[in-house]
Amino acid sequence: MAVKVSLKVNGKSVSAEVEERTLLVTVIREHLRLTGTHVGCDTAQCGACTVSMNGKAVKSCSMLAMQAEGADVMTIEGVAKPDGTLHPMQAAFKEHHGLQCGFCTPGMVMNAIDFAKSHPNPSESEIREALEGNLCRCTGYHNIVKAIGAGAKAMAAGK
Amino acid sequence: MHAFKYHRPSSVNDAAALAKGEAKLLAGGQTLVQTMKLRLASPSDIIDLGTIKDLAGIKSDGKTVTIGAMTRHADVAHSADVKKAIPALAALAGMIGDRQVRAMGTCGGSIANNDPAADYPAAAMALNATITTNKGKYEAEKFFKGMFTTALGAGEIITSISFQVPKRAAYTKFKNPASRFAIVGVFVADFGGSVRVAVTGAGPSVFRQADMEKALSAKFAPESVANIKVKQDGLNSDMHASAEYRAHLVTVMAKRAVEAALK
Amino acid sequence: MGAPLIGARVERKEDYRFLTGAGQYTDDVDLPRQCYAAFVRSPHAHAVIKKINSAKARKSAGFVAIYTGEDFAAAKLGGLPCGWLITDVNGQPMKEPPHPCLAQGKVRYVGDQVAIVVAETIDQARDAAELVEVDYEVLTAVVDGSKATAKGAPQLHEAAPNNTCYVWAIGDKAAADAAFAKAAHVTKLDLINNRLVPNAMEPRVAIGSYSRADDSYTLYVASQNPHVERLLMTAFVMGLPEHKVRVVAGDVGGGFGSKIYLYAEDVAVTWTSKQINRPVKWTSDRSEAFLTDAHGRDHHTVAELAMDKDGHFLGMRVKTTANVGAYLSTFASCVPTILYATLLAGQYKTPVIHCEVTAVFTNTTPVDAYRGAGRPEATYVVERLVETAAREMKIDPAEIRRRNFITAFPYQTPVALMYDIGDYNATMDAAQKLGDVAGYPARKKASEAKGKLRGLGYAAYIEACGIAPSAVAGALGARAGLFEAGEVRVHPTGSVTVFTGSHSHGQGHETTFAQVVADRLGMPIENVDIVHGDTSKVLFGMGTYGSRSIAVGGTAIVKALDKVIAKGKKIAAHLMEAAESDVVFENGAYTVAGTDKKKMFGEVAFAAYVPHNYPHDKLEPGLNENAFYDPSNFTFPAGTYVCEVEVDPETGVVKIEKFTAVDDFGNIINPMIVEGQVHGGLTQGIGQALTEGCQYDASGQLTTGSFMDYCIPRATDVPFYQVDTRVTACTHNPLGVKGCGEAGAIGAPAALMNAITDALGVKDMPMPASPQTVWRTLKNKKAA
Ligand SMILES: Cc1cc2nc3c(=O)[nH]c(=O)nc-3n(C[C@H](O)[C@H](O)[C@H](O)COP(=O)(O)OP(=O)(O)OC[C@H]3O[C@@H](n4cnc5c(N)ncnc54)[C@H](O)[C@@H]3O)c2cc1C
Ligand code: FES
Ligand code: FES
Repeated sequence: MAVKVSLKVNGKSVSAEVEERTLLVTVIREHLRLTGTHVGCDTAQCGACTVSMNGKAVKSCSMLAMQAEGADVMTIEGVAKPDGTLHPMQAAFKEHHGLQCGFCTPGMVMNAIDFAKSHPNPSESEIREALEGNLCRCTGYHNIVKAIGAGAKAMAAGK
Repeated sequence: MHAFKYHRPSSVNDAAALAKGEAKLLAGGQTLVQTMKLRLASPSDIIDLGTIKDLAGIKSDGKTVTIGAMTRHADVAHSADVKKAIPALAALAGMIGDRQVRAMGTCGGSIANNDPAADYPAAAMALNATITTNKGKYEAEKFFKGMFTTALGAGEIITSISFQVPKRAAYTKFKNPASRFAIVGVFVADFGGSVRVAVTGAGPSVFRQADMEKALSAKFAPESVANIKVKQDGLNSDMHASAEYRAHLVTVMAKRAVEAALK
Repeated sequence: MGAPLIGARVERKEDYRFLTGAGQYTDDVDLPRQCYAAFVRSPHAHAVIKKINSAKARKSAGFVAIYTGEDFAAAKLGGLPCGWLITDVNGQPMKEPPHPCLAQGKVRYVGDQVAIVVAETIDQARDAAELVEVDYEVLTAVVDGSKATAKGAPQLHEAAPNNTCYVWAIGDKAAADAAFAKAAHVTKLDLINNRLVPNAMEPRVAIGSYSRADDSYTLYVASQNPHVERLLMTAFVMGLPEHKVRVVAGDVGGGFGSKIYLYAEDVAVTWTSKQINRPVKWTSDRSEAFLTDAHGRDHHTVAELAMDKDGHFLGMRVKTTANVGAYLSTFASCVPTILYATLLAGQYKTPVIHCEVTAVFTNTTPVDAYRGAGRPEATYVVERLVETAAREMKIDPAEIRRRNFITAFPYQTPVALMYDIGDYNATMDAAQKLGDVAGYPARKKASEAKGKLRGLGYAAYIEACGIAPSAVAGALGARAGLFEAGEVRVHPTGSVTVFTGSHSHGQGHETTFAQVVADRLGMPIENVDIVHGDTSKVLFGMGTYGSRSIAVGGTAIVKALDKVIAKGKKIAAHLMEAAESDVVFENGAYTVAGTDKKKMFGEVAFAAYVPHNYPHDKLEPGLNENAFYDPSNFTFPAGTYVCEVEVDPETGVVKIEKFTAVDDFGNIINPMIVEGQVHGGLTQGIGQALTEGCQYDASGQLTTGSFMDYCIPRATDVPFYQVDTRVTACTHNPLGVKGCGEAGAIGAPAALMNAITDALGVKDMPMPASPQTVWRTLKNKKAA
C-alpha cells in the first residue's frame, strides 16, 4: 500500500508516496533522484549509502523510509556550498586523492563530516576506527585517512 | 523485502496492542531491516517504537545505570553518566558494529534480539541487569534463553535495562574479522569480592563462566584465570573460529579483561 | 607555460563530480518506461532442471515477462564465448563446453541463471522470481579443483571429459629435469592460491533498451571495456550487426577484472528489451555479486626450485591445477597459462623452467582475471620458493635474490617473454633503505620483549603489462587484437577533446591522459577533456585491464597527437610562409628556426577550421586525427616489497607494522595517482593474504557469500604504506611508461606470507592468515 513520507532533504521539505517496505535509500535515489548516495551491499557493511540524519551519519540502506518521517536528512548533494564551492572535507579528499572510482566516496565524506564534528584533530587510529563501517576497494584507505585528518582540521579552522 | 503494514504507535500500550501474530517491533532496525531485506524475515506488520516518548534515556543513581530500550548505542558510548559509573559499559557500546550502526541500533533491540555474537547480553549478564518490560521484570540470568531466544512473550516490549554498578569492570572483544560481531567477548565485573564473568560469542547464547568467577572472587588478578582451560563442548564452531579456538580465546579475553579492569 | 605537466601531482579532473554526488554510474541511469529484471538462480551447485512452472509468478502484481533457457534456445541466442584458445599438450584445442546465458537443462553452480523475470518495480520482480517453481534433480557436486579429475568425480560437461578443459605446458621438461639432477639443494612447496571474490564496490548493473524506430539496441552496463562487450555480444551471442548496438559504460565503480567479461545478464536484458519493447534494468545486489561476478585465483601448485651450493638457481618445475569454475568465462583460459607461467622467471636468471597447468571445471562460480590475473599466482610461487630456499640454505633472503637477479637487458626468459629493461638491484636497495631493514633486528627484539613474534618478508615481483602485441597474443591463442585506439579532436579555438578506447573506473584517465595531451600540445590541462566508455563516441577500443591503459591507450593518443602536430606544422608553415622542415613545435607554438615568426597552436587550429588562408592543394581542412597502437612488446614493471609483521601468539592476530613498496613503473605521469594505485593494489594483495578466502562447502554452497563472512580489508586492517619508485624507462613506447595498476596486488601476498612464516618460524601456511589459522599453525608447530 502506498503511504506518504515527509522529510527534509538538503534543506528542502519533500514528500513521497511510497510502498511501506521502501528503504530510505530508495526514496533518496529513486523518488528524489539524488543518485549520489550509493548502494554497495545488502548486509549493512559497506557504508556507501551513508547520509546524515538529524546531524548523525546513518546507513540509509538499513532504515525504512518511514523511520525518517520528519527527519532532517542531508545527502552528498547538499554538502557543497550553494555556489558549488566544495566543503572542506570534500576539498581534502580531492587534494589528498582520497578517491578513485568514487563509488564509496559519498558515504565516506558523509561519515567523515559527522566524525570530524567531534574530532577536530583526530589521530590516525581514531580515523581508521571511524571507518569501520565504510568499505573502499580502490584506495587502500591510505589517502582517505590522510584526507579525513586534513579535512577535520580544516573544518575546525572554519575553512 | 516482502510487503508489510507499517504502524507508528505513540505509546507502549498501543504498541503492545498491535504486536500480535506475525507483527514485529522495530527499534533501530539494524538487525530487523537487514533480515527483511534479505527476505529472511517477512513480518505482516511493523510496529515502529521510534516515536514513543520516554523509551530512550539514561539514568544513573550510583547503584544502577538504567538505559531506556530505545537508547542508541552511540548515546550510551558517549554518555558522561555511563562513562563515570560503568566505563566498561560505555566502552562496550562503543565497540558495537560501526559508528553509523551505533547511531541507530538500540540497547533494547540488542537485548531482545539476543544474537549469540552480540555484545550487550554480556554486559547484562555480568552486571546482573534487570530487564523491564511492559509486563514485568526479569533478571538477566533468566532472560536469555538460548540462540536468538529470550523470556519475552508475545506482545511484550522491553522498556528499559538496569545495570548494577560494579567496583570495577572491563569488556574485551575478539571481533569477527568480517562482521565485527564478537567471536568471543568477555565481560568481567568485580562487585568487591564477588566477581561475575559473562561470555558472549562463544556459545549459542551468553553464559557465565563459573570457574573464572570463583578464581577471580578469590583473587582479582589476570593470573587467576590465565590457566583456566575452558571446555569446548557446546561452544560454537564456524569457519572463523572452531570451538577449540573459541575456548582458548575465552581464557585469553578473560585475562585481558581483568588486566584492563585493574588499569 | 607553467611547470611541466608530466610527472606533476595534478589533482584529478573527475573528482568534483564524484565528491558532489554528480557521478553517473549505471544504476543512476533510469529510462522512460523502464521495467526491472530479477533472475531466478539455481540454489544447487549441480542439478538437472526437470520442470519450470511460472504460473504463480505470472499472476503476481506488476508481472511483465519471464524467459527461460528454452526461450533463449528457440531464439537461437548463442552461448557466452571465451576469448582465448589454449592448445593442450597433445596439440588439441581446449574443451569449450557450451556456456548458455540461461541454463539449458542443467545448472552447474549456485547462482547459475535459470530465468529472467521482469516486472514493473524491482520489488515486484523479486516477488515474482520467488514464485517461479523449479523442479530440480540434485546431482553430487565437485568444488575442489584438485578433486575434479579424480576417479568417480561428478562430471559437469559432456564436452569436457574428466572435467578437464586442457593440460598445457611451457618450457623444456628434459632440461629442467637435468637441472634438478645436478642440484645441490632443492626447495619444494605445495601452495594454494586462494580463491577470491573481486568485490568492486559498485555491483554490476545492466540496462537493455531496444528501439523499434531504428531497430537498434543500447546497453548501459558497468563494464571495463564497452567495445569488447559489444563485439562479443553482437558477433558471438546475438548475431547482430555492431552498428545496431551501442554500449555505454559511464562512471564505473571499480572493476579489478570482474567487469571485463560479457555476462549472461547483459545479454538477457538486451534481448528481453526487444521482446517486451521496453527498457529492462537489472541491478545486482551484493549477494548476487558474490555468486555471479567472476572469481579470481584458485590454484593448487606444487613448485620446486633447484640450486647449486651457493644458491644460484638452476631450474624450476611447477605443476598447477587451476579451477576455472563451472564454465569458461571470457578470458578464463589465458589467465592460468599465458598470464601465469610466462612470469615464472620472476626477476631471476633461472636458466630452465618447466610448468604444466591443468585447468578443470568444478561446480563453482566461473573464475577469470582478477587484479593481477595470473601474475600474483606466479609471483606467489616464485617468491615463496625463493624466500624458503634462502632460509633452507641459510642465505640472507635479499642476498639470494641479488645473486640471481637479471642484470643485463634485453633478457630472454626460458618462458617466452623478453624483458626490455629493469634494474632490480635499484628497487631492492631502495626498498631496504626505505623499509629500514637495517633497524629490523632491534625492532624484533622489542617485539619479543612484549611477547610478540616479529617477521620480515620480501617479494621481488615482475609482471607483464601493456597487453599486448596482437601478433604474439594471436600466436598464443588470443581471438582478438589487443591494440588500443585514440582520437584527438582539436576544436576550432584550440581546445581539445580526446576519445580513448581505454576505460577508467577509478584509474583517473581523465586526468593522466589530459596531462599527456596538454603537455604535448603546450596548453593548460583545462583545455583538454577525455571521453571514454561509449561505443557511439569512441571509434574503437579494447578497454582497461592488465595495467594497459597508459602504455597502450596512452600511446595511441600520443600517436594521434603526433599526427595532429605534424598536420599543424604543415598549416603553420603555410601561414608563416616557411619551409615545413624549418618549423618547430614547442611549448604550444610553431616557430621558424632563426626568426621571430610564431603561430600559436590555437591559431593553427583556427586556420584549420576557418581555412581562408590554407594550403588547400595539400591538406584537408580540420584538425582531427586518430591512431591505433599495437605494442611491439609487453612492458615489465617490477619492484621490491618489504613487509614487517607482528604476531600476537595468544590470539593469532597479525598486525602489519610496516609495508614498503618500491616499484619501477617506467616514467610516471602523475605520481599521486600512481601511489593511489599502489595503495589500492597492496590492500587487495593484503586482503588475499590476511583476510579474504572464498569458501564453498562440499555441496557447493558458497559459505562466504556476504561481507558478514567474506572480509575485504577495512581501514583498521592496513597501515600507512611507504611507497617510492625507481625509473628505468620502457624502451618501446614513446612515453617510456610500463603500467602500475596491478603491482600491489601481485607483490603483496608473497611479501606478507614470507613475513608471517618468518615470524612463526614455519615453512608454509595457507592464505588467508586469519587469526585462527595463525593460532592453529603455531599450535601444530608446538605439538610437532
Ligand atoms: C553492520 C552491523 C554491525 C553490527 N555489529 C554488532 C556488534 O558488533 N555487536 C552487537 O552486539 N551488535 C551488532 N550489530 C547489531 C546492532 O547492535 C543492532 O542494532 C542490534 O542487535 C539490534 O538493535 P536494533 O535497535 O537495531 O533492533 P531492531 O533491528 O529494530 O530489532 C531487533 C529485534 O529486536 C526486537 N525488538 C527491538 N526492540 C525491542 C523492544 N524494545 N522490546 C522487544 N523487542 C524488541 C525486534 O522486534 C527485532 O526482532 C551490528 C549490526 C550491523 C548492521
Ligand atoms: S549499502 Fe548501506 S551499508 Fe552497504
Ligand atoms: S574509491 Fe572506489 S571504492 Fe572507494
